[in-house]
Amino acid sequence: MMQTEPTPPDQAGAFPPSQPAPRFAGPVVECEHLSVRFGKNWALNDVSAAFLPGAVGLLGPNGAGKSTLLKSLLGFVVPDKGSMRVLGMDVARSPLEIRARIGYMPESDSHIPGMNAVSFVGYCGQLSGLPATDAMQRAHEVLYYVGLGEARYRNLETYSMGMKQRIKLAQAIVHDPDLLFLDEPTNGMDPKGRDEMLELIHDLAHNKNVNLILSSHLLPDVEYTCDHVVVMDKGTVATAGPIKALKGTTGRVYELRVKGDEAAFIEVMKASGFDVKNTGDDVMRVFVPGVDDEGAKILFDLAARERVQVRHLRPSVPTLEDVFARAVGEV
Amino acid sequence: MPIHDQGYRRYGGTRAAVGRAWQVMTRAGVMSIVSKRQFIGLMLFAWAPFVVRAVQIYVAANFQQASFLAPKGETFREFLDQQGAFVFFVTIYVGAGLIANDRRANALQLYLSKPMTRAEYIAGKLAILFIFLVGVTFLPAISLLLMQAIFAGSFTFVRNNLYLLPAITLFSLAQVLVASTTMLALSSMSKSGRFVAVMYAGLFFFTTALFNALRGITGRSSFAWLSPSAALEQLGDVIFRLEPRYQVSPAIAAVTVVVLIAGSLFILDRRVRGVEIVT
Repeated sequence: MMQTEPTPPDQAGAFPPSQPAPRFAGPVVECEHLSVRFGKNWALNDVSAAFLPGAVGLLGPNGAGKSTLLKSLLGFVVPDKGSMRVLGMDVARSPLEIRARIGYMPESDSHIPGMNAVSFVGYCGQLSGLPATDAMQRAHEVLYYVGLGEARYRNLETYSMGMKQRIKLAQAIVHDPDLLFLDEPTNGMDPKGRDEMLELIHDLAHNKNVNLILSSHLLPDVEYTCDHVVVMDKGTVATAGPIKALKGTTGRVYELRVKGDEAAFIEVMKASGFDVKNTGDDVMRVFVPGVDDEGAKILFDLAARERVQVRHLRPSVPTLEDVFARAVGEV
Repeated sequence: MPIHDQGYRRYGGTRAAVGRAWQVMTRAGVMSIVSKRQFIGLMLFAWAPFVVRAVQIYVAANFQQASFLAPKGETFREFLDQQGAFVFFVTIYVGAGLIANDRRANALQLYLSKPMTRAEYIAGKLAILFIFLVGVTFLPAISLLLMQAIFAGSFTFVRNNLYLLPAITLFSLAQVLVASTTMLALSSMSKSGRFVAVMYAGLFFFTTALFNALRGITGRSSFAWLSPSAALEQLGDVIFRLEPRYQVSPAIAAVTVVVLIAGSLFILDRRVRGVEIVT
């Protein structure tokens, strides 16, 4: 796995804002047959997955194994079986080299006691290998970037929950990692703060070329910030791929209610190549493949031909929620 | 670059090689402690015996009438014994929160997500305590030896007591290692620095009281190995070529010290982790 040549830095050791550094080529994370057991429970069970460059969402309900996967990649948890590679390096062989190139934003409230924000972030930069002066300069920059510029001399213990989330992001990016692990980054944030945090994550991934893996159980967060998704359930990978492809953009889903011989009409629709799912009440969800705009007309024509009356027809935009529900078997 | 232009920029500057993060941690820890006035006061107090001893050496070297104050090998042993009290206070002041505070703030996962191994984290924390304890044991004791040579205007005393140099080094090292590893192990077992301080003081006083109680009952001091401080005293006597004060084999006293250090390192290895796994 080769990394492309970086753009030469300016005098301060930073790339100009208009020239984001190139991305890592190839999968940033690869897991093969990864299994982790806590006591009698398999937290990860034969997980094989590849995380492509860009923003990848790690989605799943609580207890699906998302955090365990991140902690395994960080080397906090030693797997019972399997292998992992991060940025082309083996986790078991080069844990320190990997940690020098990644940033980790943990789920739980974490800080180093007795420090103000700028000391804390600068200190984290130095721990990651930055010279003291560069670390301090970048600490100021990233604190402005995450929106804590005015509060950077305040002691961390006085920070609100939202501010603590931002400071965790700041310490994770101060050394300019090639890969970011974000574990539930919007936990405990108010709606405005959450939107701002998602904007930051989106900006990092799409404008600053930082590869990131966003672990969350919040579907809208992943849908807004990520291009790819890995859905986990009960310690296994339920599905994975580009979000657009998983949502199925060629075609459209309709909510449909008809009056007449419903069973026969369903058979006719299925014979015509439509995917029909009954939602439990009298409304069914029909996926009409092909051209998006033609679906309604096709359904009306078919209903007229079969002599059933269309009582309700509404296009339904496929969401990541549909993908998630399908993957974890809720549909 | 104007402030309004500041945003996230990629970094292309130099980076230190991995394996040096513990030095950053130690430096920050030392700076944080020395910035406290209370601690500066404690250190000044801890150096007061040095000043007294230095005056004693000066008077003995310069006034014939005070030759009875002239230092002997024992003087340095007594000095380090006295410093034991400051070792106790400095250990509590500096060491109680070293890991406990990190555990309270969930900082371990932050440290260990950086290019730093668990051993480096422990080494970095140990080094903080080590530096300050050396500052109240080895440093003043060696300085006293130097003072003697300066005030006497010759190295005769040092030459005649050449064993003092390794003896001071070895005994200081034993004092510092026992105090720092024990305190760090206790600090890793709690999230409260105050509780750790109480545990350390409890361990110190309880073992000493237990030893003294057994000595009172049996009339013998062969249980000195039960108390780390008594075991250290016994070792100190042997190191300084003095008659051992307790009826316990120096080898057993050494085993107590080694077991205490090894046990503390074992606890640290078990407790310092990036993630707590409850099965």
